[in-house]
Amino acid sequence: MKYIDYVQLNLFQKIWYNLSNFFVKLPGNLKKIGCAIGRFFKKAGIGIGKGFAGYIARFVKGDWATKFSYIIMGFGNMVKGQFIKGLLFLATEVAFIWFMVVFGWDKIYNLGFFNNGYIGFNAEDYWVGRVHYSADKSMILLLYGVMSLIIIALFIVIYVTSTKSAYKIQQDVAAGEKPKSFKEDIQELMDDKFHVTLLAFPTLTISVFTILPLLFMILIAFTNYDQSHEFFKWVGFETFASIFTSSGAASKGATFAELTKWTLIWAVLATVLNYILGMIVALMINKKGIKLKSLWRTLFVVTVAVPQFVSLLLMSQMLDFNNGAINLVLQELGLIGSPIDFLGNANPWVARLTVVIVNIWVGIPYTILITSGILMNIPADLYESATIDGAGPARSFFSITLPYMLFVTTPYLITTFIGNINNFNVIYLLCGTAQQSNDLYHAGYTDLLVTWLFNLTNVEGDYNLAAAIGILVFIVCATVSLLTFNLTKSAKNEEEFS
Amino acid sequence: MIKSYKLRRILSNTFIYVLLAVLGLIWISPLAYMLIHSFRADGGAFYSHILPQPDKNGVTYTFQNYVDLFTKADNTANFPQWFANTFVIAIFSCVISTLAVLMVSYAFSRLRFKARKPMINIGMILGMFPGFMTMIAIYYLLKAMGILAWHHYALIICYSAGAGLGYQISKGFFDTIPRALDEAATIDGATRNQIFWKIILPMSKPILVYTILTSFIGPWTDFILAKIIVGAQGQQYYTVAIGLQIFIDQEHKAKYFKQFLAGSVVVAVPISALFLFLQRYYVEGVTAGGVKG
Repeated sequence: MKYIDYVQLNLFQKIWYNLSNFFVKLPGNLKKIGCAIGRFFKKAGIGIGKGFAGYIARFVKGDWATKFSYIIMGFGNMVKGQFIKGLLFLATEVAFIWFMVVFGWDKIYNLGFFNNGYIGFNAEDYWVGRVHYSADKSMILLLYGVMSLIIIALFIVIYVTSTKSAYKIQQDVAAGEKPKSFKEDIQELMDDKFHVTLLAFPTLTISVFTILPLLFMILIAFTNYDQSHEFFKWVGFETFASIFTSSGAASKGATFAELTKWTLIWAVLATVLNYILGMIVALMINKKGIKLKSLWRTLFVVTVAVPQFVSLLLMSQMLDFNNGAINLVLQELGLIGSPIDFLGNANPWVARLTVVIVNIWVGIPYTILITSGILMNIPADLYESATIDGAGPARSFFSITLPYMLFVTTPYLITTFIGNINNFNVIYLLCGTAQQSNDLYHAGYTDLLVTWLFNLTNVEGDYNLAAAIGILVFIVCATVSLLTFNLTKSAKNEEEFS
Repeated sequence: MIKSYKLRRILSNTFIYVLLAVLGLIWISPLAYMLIHSFRADGGAFYSHILPQPDKNGVTYTFQNYVDLFTKADNTANFPQWFANTFVIAIFSCVISTLAVLMVSYAFSRLRFKARKPMINIGMILGMFPGFMTMIAIYYLLKAMGILAWHHYALIICYSAGAGLGYQISKGFFDTIPRALDEAATIDGATRNQIFWKIILPMSKPILVYTILTSFIGPWTDFILAKIIVGAQGQQYYTVAIGLQIFIDQEHKAKYFKQFLAGSVVVAVPISALFLFLQRYYVEGVTAGGVKG
């Protein structure tokens, strides 16, 4: 369709056109993502191959000191004048060997690769595991195993770096340059290698407290670690299979289908309603001729400033079936005869509607905050000429404001959508865990996938199921953001300002 | 159709005023309810009046709830201690996370090195896993490392360890600072370290304030992770968020509901004041880094 035809469509035709376009292109885009992932692995494979080839080549070309450094790390550096650097490499090697002998080897053995998949089989855990005592213990065995694997990977990186360093100093000496002193190395860390200084500490903490737990939970998804397991062992994709194949009331499969449906409905409703309604309120506040702008703004924005757990816990009290303030008001006004059970399990859709409405209360002020400034940037003459052409407020909104805002705030919308898929606070603080239904597997009808996941790990102990759900949620979020984010410009011209 | 332009404008503005007033009332009423009832003398959790009524002594409003909150520490409630705990945690994690965020975003925005793109991608991928998935693993990890024995101080590590991953917004901001400045400074002989402290940071006040603000408020409002890490330990290690939730569980609600309201006000007022005061920076921070055409 040519641009001139597109412009003449009305709003709904435009939306329909864009939507159908999105779905027509979907297979192609998905294929692109698949190819990108394939390329990533290919590149990674080539990278590792090249690294290994370089490792061998350096050994072949190296002199005796460099060759010796392949066994005793830092030897070349020490012999050729970089004593402190060499010593640091050597110390790392000694520490690593000590770690492996005392701790690491045993933990890796316990991971069960040599034991038909039984984790911690040869430890006392086996006997304790029988009587379900060892929840903590076998978890920690797996955790130590993963930790040891990460340490080995880190060590390999340092080891390869040390061989590179040994070869580099050999070349420097051969070229007649004076090897860099330790002080110069440190100075370099403040300038040319400043990124190492900056990123070392955050990378370390993120590896330990984010990546390690994540790897651990991903691995848990492939074990049988649920509330009633007998031996802790690897089961492959069994957990995923149970999510997709089991059916019937209170089965995992039916619950997953129901909650996925609701999560998606919720994410779309929460994102779209908050965005549009918030923008309308922001437009009203910023309209020419409206006085007391900062008062109106503050009225709304105060709710952002109050911590969510306070306002939401309060809301849950006000929506209470017994003497909750909202039921009282409605009864006193004569709108309802008997109190409504807003958040109860009896009528799922009432509870779901309530949650969406409360979320509007939570979300609109954020939209006002974010969009006010951008709305002010829309050239006023656009609106003026639209008014002269006879457009009403609704028409101006849909033809000028919305397209402009959509163009500018797409990245914000995507993050909001992902945030809503993972919107834990609103659901959890409003509904708690008390609202579970008998038709679902340890979940209530207002539960999102993430609150279900949380409940499964922290209350029920179905760790493998929770981890599998987490992975599936990740796949959904990653696909959505890759599909949409790559289409917007902002991802591409990162360097635009530089 | 009303002909007069002026009349039409007055009508539409009146309509907007009425609508804004009604909406504003709806938005503010839960908070007003919290404020008014935190001064209530009468009744407990199940209170069947919208506005407080005089109690049997004829008193309607009182400061007693606040006095109780700060002076009566018993086995369930220990608000002063919780407040102090949260304050210490917030200060420490604020300093560490602000440093981490700025360091990471500066490196990703201004420095060019081989691992940059892969690291940015890894950061994005990590951000897409639901955080609630790993919380229980973090609990076991802290336990295995013996950090759990630090009680609430363990939370400082939880809040600041992953902070570096929140680099997107400030990286976006740094991206908007012209690179010509860096180049000029390099020619004048400045090292990258000096450029960071003497050129970029002074120019990044909005994002600095935004980062400090969000990382300071975080511990006051986080409830889930805090509950997992210290929830099973003694109440003297709680943060305000966990403590306030204890006030309104089924067991304690009848006795402590008014104190819950008072405590909520005590937490909400400083944070709201801080937020409203620094709102401009917040908006600048989010829109500069997070929204682009």
